[in-house]
Formats: sequence, C-alpha cells, structure tokens
Amino acid sequence: MQRVVLDDAEIGRCLKRISHEILESTSGASNLVILGIPTRGISLAQRIAEQLGQIDPEFEPESGVLDITMFRDDLVAADRKLAPTVIPGGSIDDKVVILVDDVLFSGRSVRAALDALLDFGRPKAVKLAVLVDRGHRELPIRPDFVGKNLPTSITERVNVHLTEHDGNDEVVISS
Amino acid sequence: MRHLVSIADLNLDEATYLLDNAQELSRINEREVKKLPALTGKTVVNLFYENSTRTRISFEIAATRLSADLINFSASTSSLSKGESLKDTAQTLEALGADAIVVRHPMSGAAHQLAHRGWISSSIINAGDGAHEHPTQALLDALTIRQQLGAGSDLRGLRVLIVGDIRHSRVARSNVLLLKLLGASVEVAGPATLIPEGIDCMGASVSDSFDESLGRNPDVVMMLRVQRERMQGHFMPSEREYQQMWGLSRERLKRVRQDAMILHPGPMNRGFEISSEAADDPRSAVLQQVQNGVAVRMAVLHELLAGDKS
Repeated sequence: MQRVVLDDAEIGRCLKRISHEILESTSGASNLVILGIPTRGISLAQRIAEQLGQIDPEFEPESGVLDITMFRDDLVAADRKLAPTVIPGGSIDDKVVILVDDVLFSGRSVRAALDALLDFGRPKAVKLAVLVDRGHRELPIRPDFVGKNLPTSITERVNVHLTEHDGNDEVVISS
Repeated sequence: MRHLVSIADLNLDEATYLLDNAQELSRINEREVKKLPALTGKTVVNLFYENSTRTRISFEIAATRLSADLINFSASTSSLSKGESLKDTAQTLEALGADAIVVRHPMSGAAHQLAHRGWISSSIINAGDGAHEHPTQALLDALTIRQQLGAGSDLRGLRVLIVGDIRHSRVARSNVLLLKLLGASVEVAGPATLIPEGIDCMGASVSDSFDESLGRNPDVVMMLRVQRERMQGHFMPSEREYQQMWGLSRERLKRVRQDAMILHPGPMNRGFEISSEAADDPRSAVLQQVQNGVAVRMAVLHELLAGDKS
C-alpha cells in the first residue's frame, strides 16, 4: 500500500521554510556552508542554497557534497560506490555547516557524516536539515530543521522522489 | 567480489566501478587527514614469496590509509624459508586472524589456488603470480591513462603499445585483458623469443619491430622491465642488441607523439629498456602510476573487505 505524504508544492514550501529558519538561527548567510549527503541530500542542499540566495543576496547560492561511504557502520554491498566530496569555498574552518539529507531515520548516516566532516576541519557549528523525520533513532541525534515530522512504523518505507533523480517531487510512504 | 585473482574475472561494470572509486580515492592526497576509518578492525597480510618494494609498500600504505592493520610476511625472513607449504602458511595466517591476504608468488596460479581450493576463506588479492597476472598493476595503469585523457568511463578507440619482454610479464597479460575490456586496442612488440604463443588469442596484435609500431602513432607507449631474474637461457643475443632494437632511446623518444603517454611499471633499468631522457620526459607518467597504485589498492581492499559480505 502506498500513500503520498508530501506533494511537489508541499516539498517546495518545506524547503522555503527551512531556508528561512536557517537564516533566522544563524547570524548572517556569509558564514554558511551547505553540504548535501548523497544521493538525494545533494539535490535538496542545492535547492536550499538557491532559496538562501534569493532571500539573502549576500549568500553565494552554492552547495557542496559530503560523501560518507567510508565512514558508515551499516555498509551493504550496493552502497560502496564513492561520490566526490565537494566543499564550497574549500574550507569549513569556523563556518556554520548545514548538513542536508532527505530522510532522518536511525541517525547512523548523520553520525558518519559528522565523522567525515571533522576530517576536513573544525567548523564553528554543525546543524542538520532534513526533509522528513520518520523517527526510530538509534543514536542521540536530532535535527535542527525539519520539513515534516512523519510518525511511521519501523516496517514502513519512506521514499523521497526528486525531479533530479526520479522525474517528480513527492514523498511516499509504503508498507 | 570476494577475491581479485585475475582481470579475466572482472566484467566491464566491475572494472569501471573499481576505477571510479579509485579516482575518488586518489584525491585523498589533497586532504589534510589522509586516513579513512572504513576498514577499522580488519587485518591484511602481505604474503610475499618474491622480492618487491613498490607493490608491497603500496599495499601497506593503502591498507593503513583505510585503517586496517597490516602484517608483512616475506619469504626470506620467515618459516617459508624452512619449507612450509603455501597451504599451511595460508591456513596459519587465517588462524591468526587475516581477513585478506595479498600474495605474490613466483608460480603462476598460486593466488588462484589460495582463493579457490577451499583451504581458507580469507579474501585473496593477487599481487603478481609468476608470468600469469598482476591485476592491480593493470588497474593503476588504466587509471593513469584515464586521468590523462579526462577521466571518461572507458578507453574506447585508444591505441596502446606494450614493448619488451612480454613472455615473462604478468603486467603485460593483465594489461592486455583490462585494456581490451575497456575498449582500447593493444599491440605488443618485442623480440620473437620474448613473445609468448597465443598472446594474439587474448586480443593483442603482435609486432616484430618497435620502429614500425611507433610509426602507427600509439596514444600510450608502455615499456616493460627486462626481467633478467627470469631468464635462464638465451632469449636475446646480447643486452646491447636488445637495447638498440627494443629500448626507448633518445632517438625513438622524438618519434613518440607529443600528446602520448609513456608508462613503465618499474623498477626501471635506465639505459637499458628505457633511456634516462625518456624516463624524465614530461610525457612519462611513471610517478603518477606509483601514486595511483595506492588509490587502486585502496579501492580493491575496500571492495573486498568493507561492510557485510552478502
């Protein structure tokens, strides 16, 4: 059984609200670095960076990528393909880093992302933005910016479809 | 993928995937922290029955960069010199906790035996077996060529010339297989005594003149080391004649295309198969090959050892 929990207009509104919240919570956009976690976090990070650029012209609408493959503790064969890590501006030292992912679940990929990030320098702060928080955390990790809180059962699947990868924007829950 | 014994075991997707991952890993040199935690708690053993410096050290750096523990085991300084069999040695290493064994052996097929006889369940990486194969060398050569040409996904249409002692060269065999798989065309050139029978069945064309081959303007010229240690018998009239017929001399260097690459798996015999001018020429990618060796071996170790086996 499948159910659409966010459509394209709602996803757009979520990302816009998250962008505003990011600017509210940080002092000025000049110090921000937006990094997406592969695969769909990359596109979400891009969209958030574009929003930030529209809201605050001071912000260079640029986002990067943080590959976490080598840092995961739950690696399965299909995930071993590496992606390039790209840090806009080349450094995260003393920056406020916003990590962006599509779904927050166990928290293990965020743990891996924190480890991966710290090898590149010492950020002033790291914050987490996710489109969907579906609960069932296995580690003490919480998001700072959430598109939608989605109570799920552990057996359900949450799939985020994005135009860049899947041809359309929607979040689907299936059991 | 459980083992890497031969290039022949790889399909195009697997080879491309290893090269893509190696390309990403080659960028770790630009980072401040050159270490990744992917293989924490895994143990890699270098089991070398033949002398080797660069391959052994390259695997050593690759394993430690991925946070694996590494143990070096070389024939000359161990119980291997007391006559222990390959099987007993491998089983001992596994009992000591080896997750992967990197093996170099003078006998063709040694790595295959370790991987497929059922003696042990560790992952086996072939680091050169006799005159058979040296798959990580072929992968690092392909990565070097790909970087030069702008990291496309295959080498379609590229012409590669491999020159020298093809008969004793596992590097040549692995390279012919991999370059063909990636879509390149391969020509081998060397004295008739050092061209093995059947190399044409692997898909390489055979030339008996270095000068004629150079006239066909190859994109890559790969010089092989003359393996004096494997030549008992009369494979060449004299070293001087070999050097004149098959060495990449200063004169031949002028005939290599300006945008071509010169590769050599090392160690180089300067002044014999390759002149100093050629070795130090800007077209020579010898040091880039060494750097890529670490990245390729990291990619292979990661593929064989990371995560769950299923």
